[in-house]
Amino acid sequence: MEVTEQMIQHLANLSRLSFSDEETKAFKNDLQGMIAFVEKLQEVDTTGIQPLQHMGDAVNVLREDEIQGSINRTEALKNSPIKDDTFFKVPKVIKK
Amino acid sequence: MFSYTSIKEYHSFLGTNPDGCMQAVKHYIAAIEANKHLNAFLEVFADEALQRAAELDKQRTEGQTMGRLHGVVVSLKDVICYKGHKVTAASKILDNFESVYSATAVERLLAEGAIIIGRNNCDEFAMGSSSENSAFGTVKNARDTSRVPGGSSGGSAVAVQADLTMISLGSDTGGSVRQPADFCGIIGMKPSYGRISRYGLIAYASSFDQIGIFGKNLADVAIALEVMSGEDNFDSTASSKPVAHYEEHSHKLITGKKIAYFKQVLDHPGIDPEIKAATENYIQTLKDKGFIVEAINFDWLDYIVPTYYILTTAEATSNLSRFDGVRYGFRSTEGIDDLNEMYKQSRSKGFGKEVQRRILLGNFVLSSGYFDAYFTKAQQVRKLLSDNTATIFEQYDAIISPTVPAPAFKLGEKSDDSVAMYLADIYTVYANLVGLPSISVPLFTHSNGMPFGLQLMTNHYEEELMFALSNSFLAK
Repeated sequence: MEVTEQMIQHLANLSRLSFSDEETKAFKNDLQGMIAFVEKLQEVDTTGIQPLQHMGDAVNVLREDEIQGSINRTEALKNSPIKDDTFFKVPKVIKK
Repeated sequence: MFSYTSIKEYHSFLGTNPDGCMQAVKHYIAAIEANKHLNAFLEVFADEALQRAAELDKQRTEGQTMGRLHGVVVSLKDVICYKGHKVTAASKILDNFESVYSATAVERLLAEGAIIIGRNNCDEFAMGSSSENSAFGTVKNARDTSRVPGGSSGGSAVAVQADLTMISLGSDTGGSVRQPADFCGIIGMKPSYGRISRYGLIAYASSFDQIGIFGKNLADVAIALEVMSGEDNFDSTASSKPVAHYEEHSHKLITGKKIAYFKQVLDHPGIDPEIKAATENYIQTLKDKGFIVEAINFDWLDYIVPTYYILTTAEATSNLSRFDGVRYGFRSTEGIDDLNEMYKQSRSKGFGKEVQRRILLGNFVLSSGYFDAYFTKAQQVRKLLSDNTATIFEQYDAIISPTVPAPAFKLGEKSDDSVAMYLADIYTVYANLVGLPSISVPLFTHSNGMPFGLQLMTNHYEEELMFALSNSFLAK
């Protein structure tokens, strides 16, 4: 399958990444090689095979509904690059 | 002069040396400093380790019961959380991130008296096979510093190889513990999927990831596994199956077991001729020792690495979406007044190239129009592989192969070719695709001076047999 620069831009947007023209070209080549490599799987006949979606045989692993393993607000904010005492801060979302 | 061979001997040394833990920690701090050029450590917790050694020495001499890992010096791959300490996944995007909780595995090591000495360098987000993808510089193989140590857990492997710690933890998603163990001439083991809780392990591909252990002594690895294994309230995929006395099995000598090897593995065009010959000779040795060793057909070899890359990149894409520059990690601020632009700039500047490549491939296989042809297809192949594995273990007790097709390569040799790099994992990814326990044991030396190992896989949750067989293989 042919990878285009337009496709790279689309995937970059889905990935929340942004590339310069030069990077787009480089990633196009890389992805072309990677997709050619994984396309090998099309040779395998998988008609009627259920996809394997879970490792292990456990179902509905439950525990008592007690608060465990939480962190408090101070700890949650600790590693945030931009914050105040209560909130994470982001660029304004709703604009005039 | 302090020297180390095993936890058992170290503990008897501690019996007659009231300052034994302190001697050990001082020894390792000096060794790490003297081997800085290997770049195996991103950070050494020197003061804290010394303080903990002093406390442990005091507790022991006061007659308190010793934990199973009392005074055992351990280093952690930089993807495992240890509360109050930095963890970066060797990425700029997590530079300055400090863990707010500890991994369950780390809690259990500490509860048995371990001393955590530092963080080991690795490939960024555990994505790589050479430890060249770190944002903090390449790790070097101590046996030959012009060569890679393997990856992604290269720093953890070199830490054990160069005697900079007693044991270390890595993570193994497609071979990231066994492959560097092979390249460095040490033992590297990944247990069954779900044996050790993944809570506090920075996720790469959640249905593949397992914490693994490096050591020079089989019993050490078995003890560490015993300590860390078992169910966990914070990881519902951690198995509730009982934890066996793995250490006991690591001393057993057994024979007569039925062992399979894949014909296609030894016939693969990429295999180094010496590795092929050594493995074939070893198969004869095992037969002479009384094992039944048989070649079986495995028609999947060319499909397992592609399956692995589709599924792991898809899972990685989802796992790495949490790095948004808001809650933690690097944030790009320059001239940005739009939320989406902030995400994009932060992620593009924070993630390295290989990580970005894998995110792109992951989004490709998950995107509308390609989902069924790639992602669902790979899950179906995974199901076929899993069924095939069950059939193999109806007839055999274990599967052996070389760990890697070729010995440690030169730094930079494969860094421009992702696909060539991916093929270094061709013999190891199978265990992760189907969740088997697997170990690489150092048995051989190449004519170029580099070590290589033999990989052994047993059925799900048959770690006891894996250890007993490994011990029987290592025994002269």
